[in-house]
Amino acid sequence: MAARKIPRLARGVSPPFTALNAGSPVVNMKARIIITPKKAVLDPQGKTVQNALAHMGYTGVAAVHVGKFIEIELTGSDSAAARPQLEEACHKFLSNPIIEDYRLEIE
Amino acid sequence: MHFAVLQFPASNCDQDAVHALRLLGHTADYVWHKDTSLGQADAVIVPGGFSYGDYLRTGAIARFSPVMQAVRKFAEEGGLVIGICNGFQILCEAGLLPGALVRNRDLQFHCEHIFLKAATPNSPFTCQIPADKVLRVPIAHGEGCYFADAATLAQLQANRQILWQYCNAAGALTDEANPNGSLQNIAGICNERRNVAGLMPHPERACEPILGSADGRLVFESMIHTLQTKPVAKAA
Repeated sequence: MAARKIPRLARGVSPPFTALNAGSPVVNMKARIIITPKKAVLDPQGKTVQNALAHMGYTGVAAVHVGKFIEIELTGSDSAAARPQLEEACHKFLSNPIIEDYRLEIE
Repeated sequence: MHFAVLQFPASNCDQDAVHALRLLGHTADYVWHKDTSLGQADAVIVPGGFSYGDYLRTGAIARFSPVMQAVRKFAEEGGLVIGICNGFQILCEAGLLPGALVRNRDLQFHCEHIFLKAATPNSPFTCQIPADKVLRVPIAHGEGCYFADAATLAQLQANRQILWQYCNAAGALTDEANPNGSLQNIAGICNERRNVAGLMPHPERACEPILGSADGRLVFESMIHTLQTKPVAKAA
């Protein structure tokens, strides 16, 4: 029995990797934003997690605060230029300064 | 009177609001969130729902919709704007109302009838609500716990901007009657100028006896009475 010929995809028929790469720009920096509820705001989620930890036998937990973590991938490489824009976005949109604090890290 | 009822992706009380207003003998049109005009509206309703899936924070993304620019301008010109439930959250995020709405203190979504009463008749949204009248109106929210810092809260009190408070059936402002942990049992407030208001309960779902209560009519009747007695600028 003659060996079956495995059809080969002609070059160019398979996904064009150049085009794929064009759709996902190179990431040079990452901004990490940690958002936590302000101390004065009721944090029932943190309290519930704290109670659950105590229930599971973990001791020495004084308080738990549940917040959010946002990672933003950036194409530029100038962190000094990116910072003021990110600070503005954090203040205006990503966090609500009435109820939340945020910490911005760029690397 | 003619009302503009906004529609965001995932608004779900827009139809209830339009139905209630038509029931009261007035006209109402939907205004899509991408529209930049409110039409010839005498008043605006920002309805309840889960705009943009409540992503990031409730109301955080909806506030940047093109239509909100028109709402801001309308409010600055003195037009009446009321936000109900998610609409209240959107108006707070937009900075048109002070404070914020956070997760209910028991972490549960509350879908039930509650009691509330007007804290003052001195507003376009409460002027037709008799003093000490206990309203029975439904709530349906997970993030309805009103928060403002101490200075803001003091200002709200000094200016009589607290419009509605949760109470028990007898009208007492008790902690048990507070479904979500809101400061001072606050169910709704208005801005300093008193032309923008927001509340978590749904008056539009309590406008006919077949729905269990018609008490919600009083909120819309207050707005209509205000519009009919002292005309304010129409939306462009």
